[in-house]
Amino acid sequence: MTSAYAATPGGLLLVLAVMLPAAAVLAMLVLGPRRTRVVALATLALGLVVALAIGLELVRSGTALIYVLGNWQPPLGIALRADGLSVMMLAVTAVVMAATGLFARDLFGLDLATADGRLGTSFWTLLMGLWSGLNLVFVSQDLFNLYVALELLTFAAVPLVCLDGRGETMAAALRYLMFALLGSMLYLLGAGLLYGAYGTLDIRLIASASQHGPAMAIALALMIPGLLAKAALFPLHLWLPPAHAGAPAAASAVLSALVIKAPVFLILRLVADIAPPGSAAVAGQVLAVLGAASILFCSIMALRQERLKLMIAYSTVAQIGYLFIVFPLAGVGDGTAPWGTIAWTGGALQLTSHALAKAAMFMAAGIVAEAVGHDRIRDLGGFGRAPPLPPPTFGWAGLSLMGIPPSGGFIAKCLLLTAAAIGGHLWLALTILAGGLLAGGYVFPVMDRALATPAEPLLLRKPIPLRLELVPLVLAVLAVALGFLPLAPFGLLQIGRPDIALAVSP
Amino acid sequence: MSLVFDMALVAGLIALALHVVVTRDGRGAILAFMAFGLLLGIGWARLASVDVALTEAAIGGGLTGMLLLRAQAHLVRHAAHPAALPTDRRRWLVPALSCGLVTLALAAVVLAFPRPAPSLAHQAVASLEATGLGNPVTAVLLAYRAIDTLLEKIVLILALVGVWSLSRDAAWGGASQLRPAIIPEPLVFLARVMPPFGVLIAVYQVWVGADLPGGTFQAGTILAAMALLVMLAGLRLAPQTQSRALRLMLAGGPALFVLVGFLGVAVAQGFLSYPEAIAKPLIVGIEAALTLSIAGTLALLVAGPPDRAPEP
Amino acid sequence: MSAIALTSASLFGLCGAALVGIGLFCILTHPDLLRRIIGFNILGAGIFLVFGAVARRGAAMGLSGDPVPQAMVITGIVVAFAATALAIALLRRLASLTGSATLEAATPPRSET
Repeated sequence: MTSAYAATPGGLLLVLAVMLPAAAVLAMLVLGPRRTRVVALATLALGLVVALAIGLELVRSGTALIYVLGNWQPPLGIALRADGLSVMMLAVTAVVMAATGLFARDLFGLDLATADGRLGTSFWTLLMGLWSGLNLVFVSQDLFNLYVALELLTFAAVPLVCLDGRGETMAAALRYLMFALLGSMLYLLGAGLLYGAYGTLDIRLIASASQHGPAMAIALALMIPGLLAKAALFPLHLWLPPAHAGAPAAASAVLSALVIKAPVFLILRLVADIAPPGSAAVAGQVLAVLGAASILFCSIMALRQERLKLMIAYSTVAQIGYLFIVFPLAGVGDGTAPWGTIAWTGGALQLTSHALAKAAMFMAAGIVAEAVGHDRIRDLGGFGRAPPLPPPTFGWAGLSLMGIPPSGGFIAKCLLLTAAAIGGHLWLALTILAGGLLAGGYVFPVMDRALATPAEPLLLRKPIPLRLELVPLVLAVLAVALGFLPLAPFGLLQIGRPDIALAVSP
Repeated sequence: MSLVFDMALVAGLIALALHVVVTRDGRGAILAFMAFGLLLGIGWARLASVDVALTEAAIGGGLTGMLLLRAQAHLVRHAAHPAALPTDRRRWLVPALSCGLVTLALAAVVLAFPRPAPSLAHQAVASLEATGLGNPVTAVLLAYRAIDTLLEKIVLILALVGVWSLSRDAAWGGASQLRPAIIPEPLVFLARVMPPFGVLIAVYQVWVGADLPGGTFQAGTILAAMALLVMLAGLRLAPQTQSRALRLMLAGGPALFVLVGFLGVAVAQGFLSYPEAIAKPLIVGIEAALTLSIAGTLALLVAGPPDRAPEP
Repeated sequence: MSAIALTSASLFGLCGAALVGIGLFCILTHPDLLRRIIGFNILGAGIFLVFGAVARRGAAMGLSGDPVPQAMVITGIVVAFAATALAIALLRRLASLTGSATLEAATPPRSET
């Protein structure tokens, strides 16, 4: 059979990317609260090295990394595979995770009573669970294995939301859990239908099937909405703002920057890799309409928020919208290879720059809330004087969200806009422009507050160490620096991409 | 004839499910759901999946029911009376129609599945020899798709960490209060008589699971039920969640699984592959350790967040 | 397609389809959160029965069913139990803190509308 996976050198690195954080969860359980943080920081360092090694191996070999677990070939067994896009996701995840780890160490260190207590210990364990789940989402080739990955994410992400133990965040976490579970179950049901029709859950094998019955269409119609509920695309976004705003800042950063990207990544794989062209084109159109609605509606909602963290959370839903308008812009489903288009590159850049910028923003907001004791935008006048670095962090990250040069977000939105103009998608072009203006509408007032001179100076609850403030600033600067990156490395995205092109041709 | 029996079974399942949704009686809904779980177990036996039937009856009918009943008792004490289904037609008509549409679409797919049905039974049986096992379901769970089983254990542990994180700060690391105020005499009797049998059945399940239906999940669930019975009857206190021994038991199974997995990199054909000569003993060893871990995790998930401050 | 012989496998598959609809309806409309959690379990049971029908259809080689979907159902049942446990722990804590077992009453009125 030509479809057999041949393990590549370095394939074992993919196993490490998934298993290191999973093993850390076990180690933390056994070693207890005192050593949890040390285990987490060691794992973060090792994981960063693994991600780097995976990137180097991809560039060196120029092909996707593959590993066949237990040497059992699909369809009976499960294969892991990382192409350029997966490796980009692994790398962004590792960077944001490492930054979150440094940030959380100092944030929880502020309060020695809780550092080794319930909040800190639970946070570190769940963070490692998240990381394992994320990495598995990016490399697994098997739809049921991906279900397990989604559940790793659910069970790690939901308790993070209500770590502060207030009734309000309990309700937010419970609503999040309901949406996430419904999403997983619809996904699982779709996977079951696909197995019934194709006798395999391997993405490559399903994609190479020549005939599609009703199972494929129904399965996609179940799985994609299920994943949308997890990705919080409009109109399934209601759970996200209270959940992401209520979590501790370090958790919000990971949830907003990374966790919701996992279902987006899976939708991309379903639509671009599995769906037959006709279905893919229809799905792409629907997703683009929802994405555009997300951008407009949730940007306006962000404008109207009175609390800083809620505003940032609504902004997340709006920014996720951009990822969905990529489908028609990249011509998914019209028979050409979407990964060679500028819209595809723009989408990847948007995903990366949003991850960095949003993590930076949530951390900066967390510092302000920690220092001042609240995050009501109206009462934050002059917050730029107290801890000095959050305002520039906020501003630099804001550049990416608005799409103002120089920033990664600018290049991303510029590429998407160009693609819309070339493809004659006027309504999408207008949406992108309006989204940028609206983002300006919610970022500038906060900057204005930061620089304002209040009638009475803000009272600081506690001093903030400079090291804590530096982490988000670095992330925000990275988001801007993406704008200076020559686009050539994004050729990386094409490595290993036309995985199934050969199998499809007769 | 058997088709008539199946039809009656299916009708019973659907009727019970509908009753669970529409009844106004909260406790009645839970009891109906437990009956549903038992009936479903029979359904799985009719589908000739004895492994699943055992799991479904033990978890779906037993442990989930216990969780729900305890939660219901708690909610009656602490929360306002829960609302019933909306009677206003505009509130339920659209969801009802959409759900009906999903059912119809699914039914169409189920009836249109290709025939002959695609199946991995051939490959699963052909590869059995390399694992030394006789039960193909166990081979799928512990060899062909071992990564699913391993990571699902991590999911269980994350769920437990999540449940523990819901405790008050002062109680975190302590034990759950499982013992009710009044313990019915029959419960104490059961808790004294049942556990030896439960342990025996569990050991048997793990032992035969390699070749016959049964295995680590079923055995773990039975052990969890026995542990809960003993704690509910007040014969033993629930363990402190900070106890090192307890945590070693919880992590031991998956940790051994990970270690053997990486051992495969060195001495077999990669991560999670077993050296053929000792595949069976390795798998049975992993299963034994996993059984204890699963039993502990499931029992503690039912017990819920700790609510008594830890004692050193 | 002309002759759909109603086998035991398709019968349970259809039962699964019905249970999926009933479970979904419960999740979408029931205001009582505990009942919604039971709805998730009914939905799960329906999904697993669809897997069961697929497994039974795949009977071959002297096996009574395809072991791969059977194994997936066992994994799925355990995960569904863990989800139920987490949801119930959250619900109990919510009820203790706010005295309410619904999401509607527990969230403060939305200021933006």
